[in-house]
Amino acid sequence: MERVPVLKIGDMLLVSIQIDMEDQTALQLQEDLADRIVATGCHGVIIDISALDIVDSFVGRTLAGIASISRVLDAETVVVGMRPAVAITLVELGLSLPGIRTALNVELGMELLARERGADEWQLEVDGDDDTETPAVTTP
Amino acid sequence: MNGQGERIEVNSDQDVVRVRQLVRTVAVAVKLSLVDQTKLVTAASELARNTLVYGGGGTVEVTKVDNGRKPGIRIVFADQGPGIADLDMAFTDGYTTGNGLGLGLSGARRLVDEFDIVTAPGEGTSITVTKWCR
Amino acid sequence: MALTAEEAARFADLLEVNSDALVATWTDRVATTLRGRLSHAELQRQHSELRKAFQQALAGGAQTLADESAAELRAQLSDLSSTRARQGFSVTETAVSVFAFKEAVLGVLDQSGGGDALRDYVTLSAFVDEAALFTSDSYVRVREELIADQAEQLLELSTPVVKLWEGVVAVPLVGTLDSARAQVVMERLLQTLVDTGSPYAIIDITGVPAVDTQVAQHILKTVVAARLMGADCIISGIRPQIAQTIVALGIEFGDIATKASLADALRYVLGKAGQAKRLER
Repeated sequence: MERVPVLKIGDMLLVSIQIDMEDQTALQLQEDLADRIVATGCHGVIIDISALDIVDSFVGRTLAGIASISRVLDAETVVVGMRPAVAITLVELGLSLPGIRTALNVELGMELLARERGADEWQLEVDGDDDTETPAVTTP
Repeated sequence: MNGQGERIEVNSDQDVVRVRQLVRTVAVAVKLSLVDQTKLVTAASELARNTLVYGGGGTVEVTKVDNGRKPGIRIVFADQGPGIADLDMAFTDGYTTGNGLGLGLSGARRLVDEFDIVTAPGEGTSITVTKWCR
Repeated sequence: MALTAEEAARFADLLEVNSDALVATWTDRVATTLRGRLSHAELQRQHSELRKAFQQALAGGAQTLADESAAELRAQLSDLSSTRARQGFSVTETAVSVFAFKEAVLGVLDQSGGGDALRDYVTLSAFVDEAALFTSDSYVRVREELIADQAEQLLELSTPVVKLWEGVVAVPLVGTLDSARAQVVMERLLQTLVDTGSPYAIIDITGVPAVDTQVAQHILKTVVAARLMGADCIISGIRPQIAQTIVALGIEFGDIATKASLADALRYVLGKAGQAKRLER
């Protein structure tokens, strides 16, 4: 079974899926990412799927799983580079990937993460309260 | 001129990947549009996984077809598993007996042009899907 | 009713001996039907070529139009129909050119007399009918190709995706949207988002006269697909009647931003983009 590499860049983890994943590979990635988030203390995860020519319900579910797990571990996940044909197919399939942030490419994904983090810290300064939930910013 | 099909035994995760790759190759060969290729491969992936997970393994056969006006692809997913007792339920978005999202059957049906299912409790399931070139 | 080899040879002779008379009668007859839309000389040229093709097919022993020796004749007939189709002649006007050949032949048969004239005429007639049917079929095929080409050109023409601002693209939709066109628009818009890295898209429907459920569904799906890719779509230019239709059809636009005009939509998008930039600092 092949494994998808996880790269650390600054405060972020970058995953670029370049292979047609078996279901096991996808589950392994979910585990690896959880481990790496804890080990590195990173606050952002970028998953680049621009090389994937399909996303089926299993991969979709795994991506959603990764997003929820990393949120619990205080890291925000952004899925970037989804191809138009894949997006159209997902809409038809009825899979809307709730809870997943998306951006058009890695660069925009990194901007999105930086913005979220900035908003978090800004909120902290104003309120001086660690427990305040930051309202989700709705920009893509 | 319905050609000879190619058959893959589906018994593991890798086989599901092989089904996707075969369907993609044939879809390119009959010149489906990119979006239609993607829809068909996605549907095949869902149904092949069902064959594996719910049917306990089976076969997938991919055939080029031609209805006289346009070419297309026909894929048959067959297993000897427990079959499906309540088809209406199985086609409901979000309904699942496993731990999936419950979008496999209903979603796959929306992604293809023709969808046929033959099943009975204890007698396995056979699903035939067809996608035509536009 | 297929020709016998002997009949084919006899007809070939007949067409050869009477060639001038045949072409003359034929041309006169067709010229009347087409009422001068093709010059006499042009028709004469076409008919003498066709006569030659008929003669050669029969001399080659063709018993039906599908025979190998009739290949040249079939090619000529296809040529005739495709030229006529492109010149805007109707299918009747095209087929009559071939049918009129029978009248011309009847003329020369009468002159040559003989008791078998009627029988001969009926036999040859079957062959010519086959040719005329073939002509009509080719005509229809050419017209269908023409229509398909034009439909495609129309699609190409009518769905530009333009860059409005840094990070903002727009599709001004004009004219009636059918399912096929809506699909093309959808795919092109999404591809442009990727190519330009634009996180905002404005779909302007000022120029769309009516929206039905299917078209509304297509627009909605585009918006959802764009969102999945990480871009935001705004719909602008919804006319009062369309707003009423949308509500009457019970279509949920949900949380999709809608603006009255393209200008409003652009202002809204720039506001949002500015907000995002401020947060970044």
